[in-house]
Amino acid sequence: MSDMNRRDALKAIGIASLASSIGVKADHLERVTRAVARLEESGVVAAAPTFFNAHEWSTVRVLVDYIIPRDERSGSATEAKVPEFIDFLMSDREASLESKVAMRGGLAWIDNECQHRFGKSFVSASDAQRRQVLDDIAWPRKAKPELSHGVQFFSRFRDLTASGFFSTQMGWQDVQYKGNVALPAWNGCPPEALRKLGVSY
Amino acid sequence: MAYDVCIVGSGAGGGMAAYALTKAGANVVMLEAGPSFFASRDSKMLMPAYASPRRGASTKERPFGEFDACDGGWEIDGEPYTVASGSKFMWWRARMLGGRTNHWGRISLRFGPRDFKAKSRDGLGDDWPIAYEDVAPYYDRVDRLIGLFGSHENLPNEPNGIFLPPPKPRCYELLVKKASDKLNVTCIPARLSILTQPLNGRAGCHYCGQCNRGCTVKANFSSPDVLIAPALATKRLTLITNAMAREVTVGKDGLATGVSYVDKTTGMDKHVEARIVVLAASALETSRILLNSKSSLFPQGLANSSGTVGKYITDTTGTDLAGFIPAMMDHVPHNEDGVGGMHLYMPWWLDNAKLDFPRGYHIEVWGGLYAPSAGFMGGIDRYQGGGYGKQLKQDYRKYYGATIGFSGRGEMIPNDESYMEIDPNVVDRWGIPVSRFHWGWTDHEFNQVKHMHETFRALITEMGGQIFSPMPTKEQGYNISTGGQIIHELGGTRMGSDPKTSVVNANCQAHDVKNLFINDGGPFVSQADKNPTWTILALSWRTSDFIASQRKEGAI
Repeated sequence: MSDMNRRDALKAIGIASLASSIGVKADHLERVTRAVARLEESGVVAAAPTFFNAHEWSTVRVLVDYIIPRDERSGSATEAKVPEFIDFLMSDREASLESKVAMRGGLAWIDNECQHRFGKSFVSASDAQRRQVLDDIAWPRKAKPELSHGVQFFSRFRDLTASGFFSTQMGWQDVQYKGNVALPAWNGCPPEALRKLGVSY
Repeated sequence: MAYDVCIVGSGAGGGMAAYALTKAGANVVMLEAGPSFFASRDSKMLMPAYASPRRGASTKERPFGEFDACDGGWEIDGEPYTVASGSKFMWWRARMLGGRTNHWGRISLRFGPRDFKAKSRDGLGDDWPIAYEDVAPYYDRVDRLIGLFGSHENLPNEPNGIFLPPPKPRCYELLVKKASDKLNVTCIPARLSILTQPLNGRAGCHYCGQCNRGCTVKANFSSPDVLIAPALATKRLTLITNAMAREVTVGKDGLATGVSYVDKTTGMDKHVEARIVVLAASALETSRILLNSKSSLFPQGLANSSGTVGKYITDTTGTDLAGFIPAMMDHVPHNEDGVGGMHLYMPWWLDNAKLDFPRGYHIEVWGGLYAPSAGFMGGIDRYQGGGYGKQLKQDYRKYYGATIGFSGRGEMIPNDESYMEIDPNVVDRWGIPVSRFHWGWTDHEFNQVKHMHETFRALITEMGGQIFSPMPTKEQGYNISTGGQIIHELGGTRMGSDPKTSVVNANCQAHDVKNLFINDGGPFVSQADKNPTWTILALSWRTSDFIASQRKEGAI
C-alpha cells in the first residue's frame, strides 16, 4: 500500500487526530489500516477473473459501465473495480449455486438476445444496439412480459453493480457518506439537515 | 479439585453469575462452547466496507454481516436441530465468549409491574411468583454497574431506571416523533446500554454506530469486557473455552456433582466437579442439557419431575416495514451514525382491553444515512422505475438515505403447541442428542402483528411516505416472524411456586435439585414486549446473591 493510500485509509476512518482523546487505541487503527492494505495487495484486484470466463468477463466489464458510468463527480464501475467485486462474490464460498447459475445464465441470455436481434454478441454489438436491449430490460414496470428473464437478470445485476461501486472509498465519497468516524461528542444533526425535514431540537 | 460453582455459558446470565459469585468469594469455573473473544481486542470496529472483498456481506458464521461481532447463527456446522413436521422454528446459537451479548442491539428495557402479573389482568399465561419490586433493586444495580441511557418518563409499565443522558435524536427520528405525536403513539428516547458518558473505567461512546461489531473502548455492554474481565481479575474464575456441555452429573444423593463436557479442541470428554451448578447456556440449550442429563434417579432428565422442562417457550413476535420518504431525498450530507441503534423508540402505548389481542409490542426505528456496503440500495427500481447510466447514478445519490423503517417487537403468550423436546433419532457431532422444536403462533400473536402493520402504515403515510408492498394478508400470517427469528427465546425451565408445574422456584433454584440454578432466560414466565437481556442480568444477579447467602449459611 502506498503512503498516499495509507493516509487515505486513516482519513477515511477519520480518527487519526482524535484517537488518543477518545480512547480508540492506536493498535486498533493500525489493524484497520492493515486490513485495507492487505485487500489492495491481495489477488482480489487481479485482472484475471476466477468465476467468469474470458467472454463473460468482457461482457461484465462492458455492462457495469453502462450501469454506472464515469461522470463529473466520480469514476466508472470498472474504475471502482466492480467487475472484480462481482467475480469475487460469485467465486466466494458463500455464493449459492442458484446465484452462480443465474449469473452465467443471465449473461448468456443477453448474448442470445443480441444474436437474435443483431447476429452479434453483446460486446460485439454497437453502442446503439446494446442500448436498445438495455432499454427493453432496465425498466421492470415498462418491460414486455416476454423479456421477463432479462429484466430479472438486469435488476439483480444493477443491484450488484451498485453494491460494488458504492461500497468503495470512491462510492462513499460519491454519496458523501460522512460517518465511520470516531466523534468526541454527538451534537445531533446540523441545522440545514433539520430545516430540510422541517424539524428542530 | 472441586470448584464451588460451575457456570455453563458466558453470556448475560453466565457473565453476571461469574461477576457476582467471584466477587462474593466463590471459586468458579465457567464452561463456554466457543472460543475466547473480547471486543476490546477483537472487534472490527471502524473497518470500512472496502477493507473486505465481501464489503460487509453476511456469511454463514455471521448472518448479520461479516463485521458483526457474533460468531453464531441459525445454522451451525455439526450442531443440527430438528423441527417437528408442520412447525417452523429457527434456533440461533452464539458460539463464543460472551454469547449473544456480542450480537444484541443493546436495547435494555426493564420488565414493568404488569409484565410480572399479566395473568391477573387478562387470564392468559401465568403470573411470575415474583413481582417488579423483587427485581427492581437488581435492575438498579445493573444500571449502575453496566450503564444505559434513557429518560424518566414515569410511564406505568416502562419503569424509570438510573439513566445516562440520551443522545439527541437523528433528524429523521424527529420526523418520526412528529408523526407519532400526531397519531398519539408514545415516542421517547431509546434505552440502550451504550455509555454516553464514561462509567466505571469504561470510555464514553464515540458515535460510530457500530455497536454490533463490539466496541474496542468498551462503551457498550458485552459480557466479556464488562463482567468476565473483572471476574477474572479476582483470580477466582477459571475459564474453559471450547467446552461443549454434555450433561449435569448427579450423585447418589440426587445433588448435582458437576458438568461433563466435550473439549472441542481434542474431541475428548472431560468433567468438572462443582458443589453448585449454574446453567446459563441460553434458555433452550439449558433445557437441552437438562433433558439430556438422564439417570436412574432422574429418568425424564434432571429437574424435570414436573415434565415441564422445554415447555412454555416463547420468542418475541416480529415484523418490519420500510417506507420511502420523499422529504428525505437529496439529503444534506452529514454524519448521522450516532450510537449503534435507534435514539428514539415507541413503547407499548395502548390498552389491550380495547383491542383484539391481549398483549403489546414496542416499535424500533431505523433508516436514514448509513455506511454504503454490500446490498446498498438493492431494488432501487421500486423507487424510481429502474434504468441505467448517468441518470441512475444520480438517482442513487438522490434516494440514498430516504428510507425509514419500523420493527415491531411484541409479546407472545406461552402455548401448548410451542415446546422443545429431545429428538429421539438425531445427535450432533459430539453424539449429544439434539433438540426438536414444535411451534405455533395463535391469533393473539397474529392480530398483534396485523396491528403493527397498520401502525407502521399510518406512521409512514403521516410522514408523506410511500410503501412498496401491500398490506400482508391473514393467509400470509401478516408477515409474522418465524419462531426463533427474533432471537429472544425464553422459558423451558420456568419459575413457579408449584413444583408440579414449574422447574425452578422464585430464586431460580431447581425444585428437584437444590444445588442447581438457572441464570439465563429459561426461568422467564412471560415474554413481555421487552427485550429480555436486562431482566436476565437482573435475575442472574439476584440468583447469584441467593447462592452466596445459601453458601454462607451452609445450606448448599
